[in-house]
Amino acid sequence: MSDITSQSLFELTSNIKEKKLSSEEITKAFINRAEKSKKLNVYVTDNFEKAIDQSKKFDSNPNLDFKLPGIPIAVKDLFCTNGVRTTAGSKILNNFVPTYESTVTQNLWSQGAILLGKLNCDEFAMGSSNETSFFGNVQNPVGENLVPGGSSGGSSAAVAANLTPVTIGTDTGGSIRQPASFTGTVGLKPTYGSCSRYGIVAFASSLDQAGPMTKNVRDCSMLLEVISSFDQKDSTSIDYKRNCYSKELSKDIKGKKIGIPKEYRVDNMPDEIEQLWKNGISYAKDCGAEIIDISLPHTNYALPTYYIVAPAEASSNLARYDGVKYGFRSPGQNLIEMYEKTRSEGFGDEVKRRIMIGTYVLSSGYYDAYYLKAQKVRQLIKKDFDDAFSKVDAILTPSTPSSAFKIGEKTNDPVSMYLNDIFTVPINLAGLPGISIPAGKDKNNYPLGLQVIGKPFDEQNILNISYALEDRINFKNDISDWWLSE
Amino acid sequence: MSKNSEYLIERENKQYEVIIGLEVHAQVTSESKLFSQSSTKFGAEPNTQVSLVDAAFPGMLPVINEFCIEQAIKTGIGLKAKINKKSVFDRKNYFYADLPQGYQISQYKYPIVGEGKVILDMPNGQKEIGIERLHLEQDAGKSIHDIDPNNTLVDLNRSGVALMEIVSKPDLRSPDEVNVYIKKLRSIMRYLGTCDGNMQEGSLRADVNVSVRLKGETEFGTRCEIKNVNSIKFMQMAIISEANRQIDLLEEGKEIDQETRLFDTKRNETRSMRSKEDAHDYRYFPDPDLLPLEISQELIEKIKSDIPELPDEKKKRFIDKFNLSPYEATILVSDIETSNFFEEVIKNSDVKLATNWITGELFAVLNEKNLEISQSPVSAKNLSKLINLIKDGTISGKIAKTVFEQMIDGDQDPLIIVKEKSLKQESDPKAIEELINKVIENNSDKVAEYKSGKDKLFGFFVGQAMKESKGKGNPQLINKILKEKLNG
Repeated sequence: MSDITSQSLFELTSNIKEKKLSSEEITKAFINRAEKSKKLNVYVTDNFEKAIDQSKKFDSNPNLDFKLPGIPIAVKDLFCTNGVRTTAGSKILNNFVPTYESTVTQNLWSQGAILLGKLNCDEFAMGSSNETSFFGNVQNPVGENLVPGGSSGGSSAAVAANLTPVTIGTDTGGSIRQPASFTGTVGLKPTYGSCSRYGIVAFASSLDQAGPMTKNVRDCSMLLEVISSFDQKDSTSIDYKRNCYSKELSKDIKGKKIGIPKEYRVDNMPDEIEQLWKNGISYAKDCGAEIIDISLPHTNYALPTYYIVAPAEASSNLARYDGVKYGFRSPGQNLIEMYEKTRSEGFGDEVKRRIMIGTYVLSSGYYDAYYLKAQKVRQLIKKDFDDAFSKVDAILTPSTPSSAFKIGEKTNDPVSMYLNDIFTVPINLAGLPGISIPAGKDKNNYPLGLQVIGKPFDEQNILNISYALEDRINFKNDISDWWLSE
Repeated sequence: MSKNSEYLIERENKQYEVIIGLEVHAQVTSESKLFSQSSTKFGAEPNTQVSLVDAAFPGMLPVINEFCIEQAIKTGIGLKAKINKKSVFDRKNYFYADLPQGYQISQYKYPIVGEGKVILDMPNGQKEIGIERLHLEQDAGKSIHDIDPNNTLVDLNRSGVALMEIVSKPDLRSPDEVNVYIKKLRSIMRYLGTCDGNMQEGSLRADVNVSVRLKGETEFGTRCEIKNVNSIKFMQMAIISEANRQIDLLEEGKEIDQETRLFDTKRNETRSMRSKEDAHDYRYFPDPDLLPLEISQELIEKIKSDIPELPDEKKKRFIDKFNLSPYEATILVSDIETSNFFEEVIKNSDVKLATNWITGELFAVLNEKNLEISQSPVSAKNLSKLINLIKDGTISGKIAKTVFEQMIDGDQDPLIIVKEKSLKQESDPKAIEELINKVIENNSDKVAEYKSGKDKLFGFFVGQAMKESKGKGNPQLINKILKEKLNG
C-alpha cells in the first residue's frame, strides 16, 4: 500500500471499507503531514484534536454505507462550520465562530466525513493568487514562491501537497478551476443552483458555486455526488434529479461532439498554452470525440462584464460586515465613525477596491451605463453558449492563460491579475458547469490545465470527457515535498 | 364635490389648494416574517424573535414566505388593482445600526401590485382616490436611544417583518379626505385580514407628501415628504402645518425646496430632515439571492374566490336589501366587526330598530367606555331580544332604554330583566280603560276645561295615565282610549 496521504479518495474509502485502514490512522497521517507543512500556510484554523476524536468515534462503530466513511477533509474557510471559526480570509471575521453549518459541508458530515480544518483563501474569495488573505499567502507545492492560484488557493495547495484527500472550494469567476490548474489538480464548478449557497460567506450571489477539488476525476465525481443537493434554504437552488456521478462515470466518449471556440485564442497567449490546447484536441480525437469549431462571439466582453456584476453584488453582500452584530469592531465616537474605522481596518485593499467599484456601478446616474448594460451583455454571453450547445455536447478550452506565477509578481497590477480569469468567468456568467483537469506542463515544469465546459446540469458528461482525457493524458505531478520540516 | 365643501387655505384674496399623496406602510398579518420563519408577535422581549437570517449572519439567505405574497395579492384585489404576474425584489442599500443586512429587501421597479383605487364616502358624495402601486418590503429593526445614556440599543424583533407599502396618487385634497382614506384602507385590509391596522403598535404608518398651489392651477407645486407619521390625527396636523408653511414661503416670494421633513408633534410643526441634494442614493438592484417572483393566474383566481364581501359591496347590499340610508350603511360597514354584529342582530329582529339601536345607544356606550364593538358589553343575541320586545309591544321604547342600561352590566338577558322588574307594558284595553277612568274621576275640573276647548290639556291626561300605569301603559292604547273617553 502506498503512503496514506498520497492515496486518492477512492483508494482511502476502499481501504476503510475493506478494513485495511482505520479512520484514525488516516486522520492522524494527514495531521502529521500538516504539522510538517506549516510553510505552505494552507490552514487558517485547524480542527485536529476534534478530528482525531471523531475518527475514533467513527472507528468504534463504523458505518460503511457512507460515501465518505471516516474520511478527514479540510475545507475552504468560506464555508460556515458550526463551532469552528470561519474567517473568509478576512480580519473582519477574524473572531467569528458560526453556530450553524453550511449545507454543502453538512452534506459531507452526513456521509461520514470528518472536518480536518479550514483552508486559507483570498479575502472574501476576491483574488486569483491567495495573496489577499488576511492570514498570509499560500505556497504552491509545485514550486517555492509560486502562488497556488485563488481564491481557493489553500484548498488547491492542500490537495496537491497531500494535506487533505479532497477538498471543496467555491468558484465565482474561476476560484476552483484556476487554482486547480496552477497545482496540477482537478477542480469542478457545478451548474449554478446545483450546490446550495446556504452557509457560504457570499461574494457575488448570482455567480458563487461550491465545488469539489481533488487529485483525479473519479474522486471529483464521488465528491460532487455528496455535495450537490436541492436545498429549500437557498432560493436559487434548483430541484432536479442528480446523477450518481461516480457510478455513471465512463471513459466512453465516442461520438461526443466537442466544440473549440475560436474566441479563446486570445492575444499574446503563450505558445505553451496554444500547444496544450492543440494536444487536448488531439487527445479528444484519440478518445473518439468529434471536434467542431464554434464561435462564442461575446467572449471578449465577459471579463469586463464580470468585473461589474461581481463587485456590484459584493458591495451589497459585504455591507453586513459593519461591526454592529459580530466580527471585528473598531470603536468610534459615533455610529459613522465606528463604521468607517471598522471597515477601513477590517477589509483589505482588494476587497475595498471591489466594494468601491461595485458601489460606483450601482450609483444613480451610472447604473444604466454599467450594471444594467453588464446584465444585458451577460444574457448575450449566455445565449452564445446556448447556441453553441445546439451543435456540441461540450466545449474544450485552456483553463488559464498562463501557469502559476511568482508570489508578488502581479499584486501591484490588478488588471493583469484579473486577466487570469479570462477563460473561466464566462462560464460563471452563463451559470454552466466547468471542470479543469491537469493536461500538461510549461517549460518550468509547472502544471497547466484544460477546461471542459458543459450544458446546464450536464456534469456527468464533462466528468466522463475529463475521465477519458485524464486517462489519455496520463499527467504526473512531480512534487518534491520541498517544504516539509521535521 | 360641491364648491363650498372644498378645503382651501386663504391668504389675502388668494385661495390655495392642498395636494396630498400618501405612502402607507401596512404590516402584513402573518405569523412569520417575509423572508424567515421568526415570529412577528408584537411586544416580545427585545431580540427574542430574531433568526440568523434576520440578523444577517454570513451565508444566510432569504426565502420568501408565500403567505405574505398571498396577503399582498389579496390586498391588491381589495384595492381593485392589477396584480403583476412577475415582480422583482430589489435591494435598497444603506447603512444603519438597525438594518443588519446593510440593505432592505424591497420592490422598486416591478412591484407585486399595480394601479388600483379606493372609494371615499365624503359628506357630499363619493370620491375616488387612485392607488399607484403596492409593494412588499422588509421592516427594519428598532434603534432605542433613551435607555442607555452612552449607547444606542438595537432590537431586531421587527427586522424582516413584512410590510406592504401602498402608494396613493396625489388625489387627496384635505385633512378630512386623508382621515377617510386611511380609515377606508384600514377597513378594507381588516375585512381581508391582511393587516390589523393597529396604529398604536405601528402596524399602520404613513409618509405624507404635501404640496400647495393656487386654486385653479393645473400644475403641481414642489412637494415635501413628511416621514413616518403614525396616527391620523398627527397626519392631519402635519398636513395643515406643512401646507401653511409652504404657503407662507410662497407669499414671501420664496421657493419651496423639495425635501424630506419630520413632524414634531409637540411643537406642531414640520422640520427639515434632509434636502434633495442630501437624498440617499440607495443603489437599488435586483436581489440576486431571490428569483423574480412569478404568480400564476390559478393562484390569483384561488385568492379571488376567497375574498370576502368588501365594504363597498356590503354597503350596497345593506342599502338595497335592508333599505338603509347611505349614511347608515356607511357607518355600519366601516368596520367588519360592526357589520358582523349588525347582521347577527338582524337575523332575528327588525332592521330599522336594529340600525337605530346600534348606531345610537350601543355606539354611545362603546364611545363612553372606549371599547371596540368586539368588546361590546351587550351581545348581538341579547340586543336582538330587546329589539323584539319593543317590536311586539312588550315594552315601550322608553322602558327599553332602562332595560338596556341594565343589560350593559354583564350582558344580561332583557327577558329576565323585564320579568324580574315587572316592566312588561300594560296593553290590556280593559286595564287601561280602568286607569283612565280613575284619572278622569280625579281631575273633573281639568276635564271640564278640556271640553270647553282647551285642547292642550290632552297631554296632561296622557301623562297622568302613564303615571298611574307606573310607566308601563301602552302609549298608543292610552292615547286611543283617552280620545274616545274625552271626546265621546
